[in-house]
Amino acid sequence: MLTISDLTNEIDGKAILKGLSLSINAGEIHAIMGPNGAGKSTLAYTLGGRPGYDVTGGGATLDGVNLFTLEPHERAAAGLFLGFQYPVEIPGVSNLQFLRESLNSQKRARGEKELNGGEFIRLAKEKAALLGLDMEMLKRPVNVGFSGGEKKRAEMVQMGILDPKLAILDETDSGLDIDALKIVGAGINAIMRKPEKAVLLITHYQRLLDYVKPDFVHVLAAGRIVKSGGPDLALELEREGYAEVVAA
Amino acid sequence: MNALPTRKAEEWRYSDLEAVASVWPLPAPMHIDVAAGEVAHHHLLQDAADGAAAVHEYVITIADGARCDFHVLNIGGKLGRVTFAVTLGRGSHFELNGAIIGGGDQVLEIVTSVTHAEADATSGQTIRSILGQRATGSYLGSINVARHAQRTDAFQSIKAMLLDRTATANAKPELEIYADDVKCAHGATVGELDKAALFYMASRGMDPATAKTLLLKAFVAGVFDDVADESVKDALEAAAIAKLETLV
Ligand SMILES: Nc1ncnc2c1ncn2[C@@H]1O[C@H](COP(=O)(O)OP(=O)(O)OP(=O)(O)O)[C@@H](O)[C@H]1O
Ligand SMILES: [Mg+2]
Repeated sequence: MLTISDLTNEIDGKAILKGLSLSINAGEIHAIMGPNGAGKSTLAYTLGGRPGYDVTGGGATLDGVNLFTLEPHERAAAGLFLGFQYPVEIPGVSNLQFLRESLNSQKRARGEKELNGGEFIRLAKEKAALLGLDMEMLKRPVNVGFSGGEKKRAEMVQMGILDPKLAILDETDSGLDIDALKIVGAGINAIMRKPEKAVLLITHYQRLLDYVKPDFVHVLAAGRIVKSGGPDLALELEREGYAEVVAA
Repeated sequence: MNALPTRKAEEWRYSDLEAVASVWPLPAPMHIDVAAGEVAHHHLLQDAADGAAAVHEYVITIADGARCDFHVLNIGGKLGRVTFAVTLGRGSHFELNGAIIGGGDQVLEIVTSVTHAEADATSGQTIRSILGQRATGSYLGSINVARHAQRTDAFQSIKAMLLDRTATANAKPELEIYADDVKCAHGATVGELDKAALFYMASRGMDPATAKTLLLKAFVAGVFDDVADESVKDALEAAAIAKLETLV
């Protein structure tokens, strides 16, 4: 589904990703771990097309389509979803407005029928309930005044509504309390664990992986994938730290 | 009064004097007198044809204990200039809510001179400007507080949003205060669309025009919230949205 080959990029002329390759098949869940500043968020933003994250070499395809020829909103319509490490606040724009316009923009781009008000609200209610988020929260402006954990939960409601093919979730577990972690984990499984979908989880801790069990775990350090393995690799990293595991 | 103004006069400094010349001499200003204890609602939708010069001048006298609410949407013509010379009686209130939305080579201005002639009067001015292409939007507002006009309370809240590098916003709040027990607050900011919000919206699939429109609607939201007459309110809001959709 996602093929990244020898990807290099620059931010403000500074090289961050230095030849990163990774393949994810439909039906798989991959986790990326790695030290602070390794380039994990940079990878997510670069795939999403954030301005300023300049691709200098290599490529990435989503179901055979070259992501880098698409505008950010076209990548979303092609099935890509980014969960943000730091979700953005948008004063004056309600979550419901934001999501309805987003979903219908995607549908227009794909030549599908748009949802009317009633259909959209039903969908939003269903996904809010799945993530245990009060519908009242969705009437408020996007992420404004949300706690850290509420923002992460709201992002998963967004994912449920937009129903992507591939989700790249950047530290979705950070800021969640113990119960919320369980709910969000179950939500990710319910929305994304399907044969035709795939997930790339960026995380620092095993705790989310207890709920969303990865098929593969990779270590990203200094702009490259330096080690890959099965689910046990995450446990090994947690036990021994990056230095030991990467050196071995 | 019959000599054409020059740029040396502060209140004409940013105007399009060629356009002014085409309609000179100006007709007598419109007078609005609000009798003691009365409440008056007025509005202006300045939507002159492309290339036209439109100058609207108001002289407003608000008697003791009276209130005048004025809503203005300034969007039409090559030059669109709306001026207010307001004199407040004891314990009276003046409230101006306005939006300027311009593109092309438009010059759009709101010029106010609010005189607190007696004690205990209050005034509020809220202006939101959205300027694209080579448009110039100006707010020049002086507040004059007479020596015996104690307990005056006046505010000016001026915010402009520039959509292109080539657009210009001028905001000149000015205070002339001769009384000592006075509360005057003014704030003026010039900004641009939030890039982080635009990328967040794109990452959810929203096309750029829809995203910009939503952010701009949020920016002017509130200006017409308390228009008393629903049909006037709808007309002002619809005209504002139609205008800003031409700019994104
Ligand atoms: N806008 C920017 N300008 C300059 N450098 C940047 C910018 N954004 C990121 N970087 C640098 O790129 C490197 C990778 O950052 P990135 O956010 O991708 O790390 P990360 O692996 O996600 O780390 P963390 O685990 O702390 O979230 C860091 O050295 C960071 O300082
Ligand atoms: Mg990060």
